Amino acid sequence: MLRIEQLTKIYKTGDRALTEVGFTVPKGQVVGLIGPSGAGKSTLIRCVNRLVEPSSGQIFLNDLEVTDLGTFELRRARRRIGMIFQEYALVERLTVMENVLSGRLGYVPFWRSFSRRFPAEDIAKAYRLLDRVGLSDHVDKRADALSGGQRQRVGIARALEQDPELLLVDEPTASLDPKTSRQIMRLIVEICRENELPAIINIHDVVLAQQFADRIIGLQAGRLVFDGPPAHLTEAALTSIYGEEDWAAMRKGAAEDALAEEEMEREARKLMRAV
Amino acid sequence: MSVANLQTFPSTWKKPPQMIKSRRWRIILMIGAVCYLTLALGSVEINWTRVIDGIERGQRFIQGFLEPDFTTRWRDIRSGLIESLTMTFTSTVVGVLISVPIGIGAARNLAPPWLYLICRSIIAASRALQEIIVAIFFVALFGFGAFAGFLTLSFATIGFIGKLLAEDIEDIDESQAEAIRATGASWRQLINYGIQPQVMPRLIGLSLYRLDINFRESAVIGIVGAGGIGAALSTSLSRYEYDSAGAILLIIIAIVMTAEYLSGHLRRLVK
Repeated sequence: MLRIEQLTKIYKTGDRALTEVGFTVPKGQVVGLIGPSGAGKSTLIRCVNRLVEPSSGQIFLNDLEVTDLGTFELRRARRRIGMIFQEYALVERLTVMENVLSGRLGYVPFWRSFSRRFPAEDIAKAYRLLDRVGLSDHVDKRADALSGGQRQRVGIARALEQDPELLLVDEPTASLDPKTSRQIMRLIVEICRENELPAIINIHDVVLAQQFADRIIGLQAGRLVFDGPPAHLTEAALTSIYGEEDWAAMRKGAAEDALAEEEMEREARKLMRAV
Repeated sequence: MSVANLQTFPSTWKKPPQMIKSRRWRIILMIGAVCYLTLALGSVEINWTRVIDGIERGQRFIQGFLEPDFTTRWRDIRSGLIESLTMTFTSTVVGVLISVPIGIGAARNLAPPWLYLICRSIIAASRALQEIIVAIFFVALFGFGAFAGFLTLSFATIGFIGKLLAEDIEDIDESQAEAIRATGASWRQLINYGIQPQVMPRLIGLSLYRLDINFRESAVIGIVGAGGIGAALSTSLSRYEYDSAGAILLIIIAIVMTAEYLSGHLRRLVK
């Protein structure tokens, strides 16, 4: 469970990224965090594992106050918080296996990670996760030899290798095509369901957020302006988050996309049958 | 219509002056530069008898080159060569080993400001002092021989590798390091997983390149007494044994070219 209270972040430049944001994420809930660029979505999820240092406010992971930890305890807390990144953020020149095993860095002493001699259960877990995300054949490939979708799967496996109690997901689909985006979102949500893992998914695609999240939180200029189930995300609510826009048209466009996709699949099936 | 358009636009164009806008200053500076050059050339005294002597010696030198004598002084050449190669290899290894922590300390995105300042000062000191000056200093301290040369080249390597490694670390893809930090990795693990894979190919390339440079430098600093093939070259020149000197130069050229070819080839292999 994650609880955020009165979180405020003001950057050194004086930019107010977040203003008194607060909400609670119960176990197993997938939260879609939406908002225009610069609304503070990225800052918010980076405050949770303190890659960005909050200016004021508190963050609790279960009963642990993350905002009150020293360097050493912070490392212990971070290892239970899995993070998935926008541009995958894999270490490009390391192998897929090394990237997944790097999820264990918070648990193993330096010499073990340095000599790549990880404990047997960590290695078994890495193989199992790579199988789960469908990359069993690519274990020893270098990360830069994979496609975008495959890389993001490695990123997911790395986050899960941490045995996380919470997933932070930063624009997981921003650099992927629509179809792969859907697959990746489906995978993340499935995994959260399997492990009753709470997750905050930072996403700019409203349609995708509505489709996959249990709950939507909307940020606008660093303030929480919407918090509710996807069904409550009305035109008025979207306008309060993003400002004036023809939302009906956008949704219609998305519906058309979905229809087109269906039709393509039907055509493909027809073709297959013909063959 | 189009004809009318053509007439309203200018048909000539000149590139506007880029550096000095004022026409008068451009002329004044140009005349000044020409005057200074003629006066400076005039002040160089040329002693024609010495020029003729020099030409004669040059001819003998070229002749020595054409008929290099590897045998007479072979023992000196051989020991000088071995000394130079040893000096080159050891100083490169030691220099790289020392410059890696200094390079990490001199990277702004990894080191705290006080450490950054210390490491940058070490690098600046190493780069400010030319190898020959350092060599003269070490020869004065530790006497003639390869030890002074070894210290000189190690010292020069620290500045070279340290600076370029620090710059490479500052240029890394931060998101990869951020992802490693987010897993709860310690500082050493961050270096090992987030930084090292990104800078390793370049570090290897730079080290090979430095090996190359160190061999060339070992020939130069030998002349001021720091041992190696340079010492042998300097001795044979002062004895007017141009055929031996020619042989030594040919050997140096051959080794430098081989080293350059090999290191270039190796650098292409590491990606």
